[in-house]
Amino acid sequence: MIHILKTRLNKGILTKPAEIFLQPDSGTREEIEALGKELRSLIIKRFGRSLFLREVDTGSCGACESEIIATTNPIYDIQRFGVNFVASPRHADALMVTGPVSKNMLLALKKTYEAVPEPKFIITVGCCAHDGGVFKNSYYTHGGVKDFLPVELHIPGCPPTPTQIIKSLLAFLR
Amino acid sequence: MDHLSIISHIKEIDGVELLDIREPHPDETIISIRPKDFKKVCMHLHTLCPSPVMMLFACDERRKGAGFSIYAVFMAAPQKKWFVIEMNIAENEARFDSLAKEIYSASLFEREIKEMFGIEPVGNPDTRRLRLHDEIWPEGHYPMLKDFIRTTDTTSVSGDYRFTKVEGEGIFEVPVGPVHAGIIGPGHFRFSSAGEPIINLEIRLGFTHRGIEKLMEGKDPADAVAIAERVEGDSSFAHSLAFCHAAEKINAIAVPERAKYLRALFLELERMYNHVNDIGGIATDVGFSFPAALASAIKENILSLNEELTSSRYLRGVNIAGGVLKDVCRDKIKLLKRALEVAIKDINRLKEILDSSNSFLDRVDGTGILKKKTAQDIGIVGMAARACGIAMDLRKDFPGIYDKIKFNIALEHSGDVLARLRIRFSEFMESVRLIGLLIEGLPPGDIRACHAQHKEGLSLGYAEGWRGQVLYALKLDPAGIIERCKIVDPSFHNWHGLSYSVLGDIIPDFPLCNKSFDLSYPGNDL
Repeated sequence: MIHILKTRLNKGILTKPAEIFLQPDSGTREEIEALGKELRSLIIKRFGRSLFLREVDTGSCGACESEIIATTNPIYDIQRFGVNFVASPRHADALMVTGPVSKNMLLALKKTYEAVPEPKFIITVGCCAHDGGVFKNSYYTHGGVKDFLPVELHIPGCPPTPTQIIKSLLAFLR
Repeated sequence: MDHLSIISHIKEIDGVELLDIREPHPDETIISIRPKDFKKVCMHLHTLCPSPVMMLFACDERRKGAGFSIYAVFMAAPQKKWFVIEMNIAENEARFDSLAKEIYSASLFEREIKEMFGIEPVGNPDTRRLRLHDEIWPEGHYPMLKDFIRTTDTTSVSGDYRFTKVEGEGIFEVPVGPVHAGIIGPGHFRFSSAGEPIINLEIRLGFTHRGIEKLMEGKDPADAVAIAERVEGDSSFAHSLAFCHAAEKINAIAVPERAKYLRALFLELERMYNHVNDIGGIATDVGFSFPAALASAIKENILSLNEELTSSRYLRGVNIAGGVLKDVCRDKIKLLKRALEVAIKDINRLKEILDSSNSFLDRVDGTGILKKKTAQDIGIVGMAARACGIAMDLRKDFPGIYDKIKFNIALEHSGDVLARLRIRFSEFMESVRLIGLLIEGLPPGDIRACHAQHKEGLSLGYAEGWRGQVLYALKLDPAGIIERCKIVDPSFHNWHGLSYSVLGDIIPDFPLCNKSFDLSYPGNDL
């Protein structure tokens, strides 16, 4: 316990201020407040309270997963913007899909999508999920989620950084 | 025993005729034999080295009228040699004697050869496919053959995978995956359980199979580095390093000293962020969120440092055959030193927090024990092997630059989650120390050797990634184009170790055991 308290006091708050994600050209505090409020009300209007995401890996190398996990670490802390990652597709508002859709994962992807209650949408993360990336033209990848399911938002990158993921998500929700 | 006496020992095996012995590189000995002697020679090497089967792969040489070549690779650590057994089999006799019953580590490789080439390992009791799932892929189509044509035929899909059945009163099965609860790769786990303890765990993988080895073929090595980096995101650097190492050996490129130092530095940074990630993962899996958050902050700092140094958080686009593309200048060394100071302070705090929590230690101590004998029998490599007392580390066995900075191997003996946790802590500290020495001794000069001429040949490339040894066998044609590239990630050896380590533990301890190994799905599935 004492070690936890000591570390807590020594490290302080690590979280990056919201302006880094919300306003790339560093706006005034009021603007950010307004933006945060807008975002919050949008999420409340559209999703009740917050946006629940379920991640599906369809053959990614793991770097996109690592970056998605990084968005939840104390530095980026995506939860404060009302975005949460959930364990079951039945709890989710949207799927976040990575990977070039390997043949073995196509059925699992479709079933996971079916398990998400309506209304629902799909976000793809990373070049692979868009068109197969470096794994395009392989005998065992379909290359691109959009050929099978409707994709609302694509976040490009190999892998996209946590900042890029959060920025894209917030821009999309606006 | 030096490597010559191993060779003379093999020469003396009754009835064995060696067709050719050659040493294309100082660390490799290739022995050509007849197919009838394959099993005998492999069995002898297996006990002489002693080494599990590190690689076993086939090449399609039918276009040259040479049937198929099969290669088995063994590691003789004390002699600092890789022994490669080479044999040729005719196209109309596409079979070889299976080693699987005697050398367990050959089993998965043989199944792989059968599914990818249609070559029969005669006597292997398990011929189920690994990656081309029966529900998806039709019979009789072998993608690694040079004349493979993509098929749309789905009529001959057999649609059946036989899981091992455990029967008896009160036995039940728990199927998990391929889509898991966390943000993680896909795989299927089937637990057979009676009451609480796990009686059997069968792991079915292959969900992330992307046909990487086939994609490599026909590419220029310079272009293929990008694919090697994407075999496995968290080991991008170890993979590109092993790949470049193989290409450099074939083309006889002398890598500048400075590049060697920088490569070691980046390899250690990759080890650090992954080890701390897993320490955090273990804490998460017992529900201890404070240290998990601290660990993820440490990881983030190292990833940001990677970005500062190489403009890639995962150290991509750094390696190239001949050296590295990113130099670390004096300003960046300052930055690196500062980041390491913070990292060491944080990791010590993390260790204090975990060590002072009895309930945490209670969960990890004695959980998920992998016995040394089991680990040796199934051919476990890397940090999982070091956690059960097997002193195996390429940084020690084939040191290269590590010889100059006196690397200390981390070793534990209990083989449980705690042992693997301690290995991670000690390797993190050791990496910090090594990086300190590397920047101190960083020689001036070029970071990349230029080479113009292409050579053909076969060579092994290797690097000790954070999970263990990443091996590449690369075969280039006279124009310098990739003819065959075999990749073996440590996960390929180690997934089996996980299924043994959980036996007798309860299912809720599985995530903990899983995270303590932290094996790669994409690295295994390729």
